[in-house]
Amino acid sequence: MPRHPNKPNQIVVVDQLVKRYKKASVNAVNGVSFYVEKGSFFALLGPNGAGKTTIISILTSTLAKTSGTATVAGHEVGDDPLGVRKNIGVIFQNPSLDENLTAEENVRFHVSLYGLYTYRPAFRFMPQEYRRKARDLAEVLGIQEQLFDPVKSLSGGMKRKLEIVRSLMHSPKVLFLDEPTTGLDPISRNNLWQYLQGIRQREKVTIFLTTHYLEEAESADYVCMINHGRIVAQGTPRQVKEELVESYLELDADDRRRLESELNHHSLRFDGRGPFRLPLQNGSAQSIISRVKTPLTVLSIHDPTLEEAYLKIIGNSSQPVS
Amino acid sequence: MTNLSAIIAIAFRDVTKLLRDKTRILASLVFPAIFIGVLGTSLQANLQTGLSFNFLTFVFTGVLAQTLFQSTAAGIISLVEDRQNDFAQELFIAPVSHHTIILGKILGESAVSFIQVLGVVAFGLVIGVPIVLPKLLLLLPLAAVISFFGGSFGVLVMSRASEQRGVNQIFPFLIFPQFFLAGVFSPIRELPLPVLIASRLTPMTYAVDLVRSIYYLGDPVFDEVVLFNPIFDLGVVLTVSVVFILIGTHLFVQNEKKR
Repeated sequence: MPRHPNKPNQIVVVDQLVKRYKKASVNAVNGVSFYVEKGSFFALLGPNGAGKTTIISILTSTLAKTSGTATVAGHEVGDDPLGVRKNIGVIFQNPSLDENLTAEENVRFHVSLYGLYTYRPAFRFMPQEYRRKARDLAEVLGIQEQLFDPVKSLSGGMKRKLEIVRSLMHSPKVLFLDEPTTGLDPISRNNLWQYLQGIRQREKVTIFLTTHYLEEAESADYVCMINHGRIVAQGTPRQVKEELVESYLELDADDRRRLESELNHHSLRFDGRGPFRLPLQNGSAQSIISRVKTPLTVLSIHDPTLEEAYLKIIGNSSQPVS
Repeated sequence: MTNLSAIIAIAFRDVTKLLRDKTRILASLVFPAIFIGVLGTSLQANLQTGLSFNFLTFVFTGVLAQTLFQSTAAGIISLVEDRQNDFAQELFIAPVSHHTIILGKILGESAVSFIQVLGVVAFGLVIGVPIVLPKLLLLLPLAAVISFFGGSFGVLVMSRASEQRGVNQIFPFLIFPQFFLAGVFSPIRELPLPVLIASRLTPMTYAVDLVRSIYYLGDPVFDEVVLFNPIFDLGVVLTVSVVFILIGTHLFVQNEKKR
């Protein structure tokens, strides 16, 4: 159910997409529809085996769909795979670098494969424009020092950055990232995201992410959660969270009895016997606090996280639906 | 532009990989060294009597064709390894057809086998195989044709394979019998009927015979060493190459996409 199919601001449009693998008895993707706006940051979330990689493989034209339609940058994935490929960059779950080559040779191989520049056997023989672009991107991602090192000597984080440099060389309209931070330590993960956000602003590229690190999707413009090949929730992260998890005010006091009677006196709904949790939908935190006179030891507003929403949704949809 | 540039890049990658892999360069010389240096010289010492042609030269020309054919075929099979190493994702996501990838791979592996053959020639010269150098130069254009033939055989072998281990197990069974049926080491003009049929159905037979038909062209021993007319050999090699490539690429593309 794409809300406004094929509008000019929609760069990816998926409609009733179905994929059933050979010899499988159920559909890996079962009637999925969504769209992605140009320049936005879109996150596709779901547990392992939910169908995320299948959807990304179909959208990047490496896997044939069973039915439905999917267009990327105006090209239908089944009818015009080359048109799709010219307009996308892909960072796969496992690094797809050639370990026998240097970092720059991997980039040079890529631009030649995409027909941007004719392959020359050394960096210094390549056109100046290529050399400048490769150096610029490597600098933005902080790997300029490693540009001429063999890939096998790079760390996991560096390899990821190199793949991003490589995928941006042909100025893609959509950058697909399939669980790009799997296997990276928290510092490298954080580092990579900072760079990606910067790249997104700089290159005006649409980001299509799949991940199971929910905090990475918090800054997405739109999230789509899938389980067992079906969409189970979609919207902005705020919409998804607000629909499923309540915000609440947490209060506690040394004199819990006094606090409890005060809350009852003001007819304020709460859970727990201390600390007390007061739902925030019907009154702002300010109006609650202004009525409480008991000296407080704990006062905090709990904002729901995407992770809580995710656990609730995926937990509720744990039964196969297909 | 895209396709030509992609073919050159894919080919260069293979050559770069070879030049960085000293073990592979060394290993590629071991087989020819055994075939020519050990097998060839010992057969010559024991069987030369009664033969009107030099046996070592006969084995050397056979090994040249066999190296070009086998090395390119084995190189093409590394596409399966690429697929397992996830590097194939970079190849198969590029805006180029699978035919372009396969052509680039054949070109690259042909260049690799040509470099290896240079080593074989150098080795032959060092151990004193009687070689007429100008005749070897005539073989230069043939080297490309035979590598292409070996490459197309490789495409057919790997087209349905999903694992490198499986291909590595099958490949020796498909290649080693060809050494003997193609007459790399021994004349195959006269053979018992079943072996004769197998020999004439073996692709490598025509690669080996093509090399010898050019090397021995105009030589008095031509009729004793060579089976067919060079035009016939060339016709078979080119026709079978095209058939192997078409079938192999078709199966490979199907295997890749329709999982």
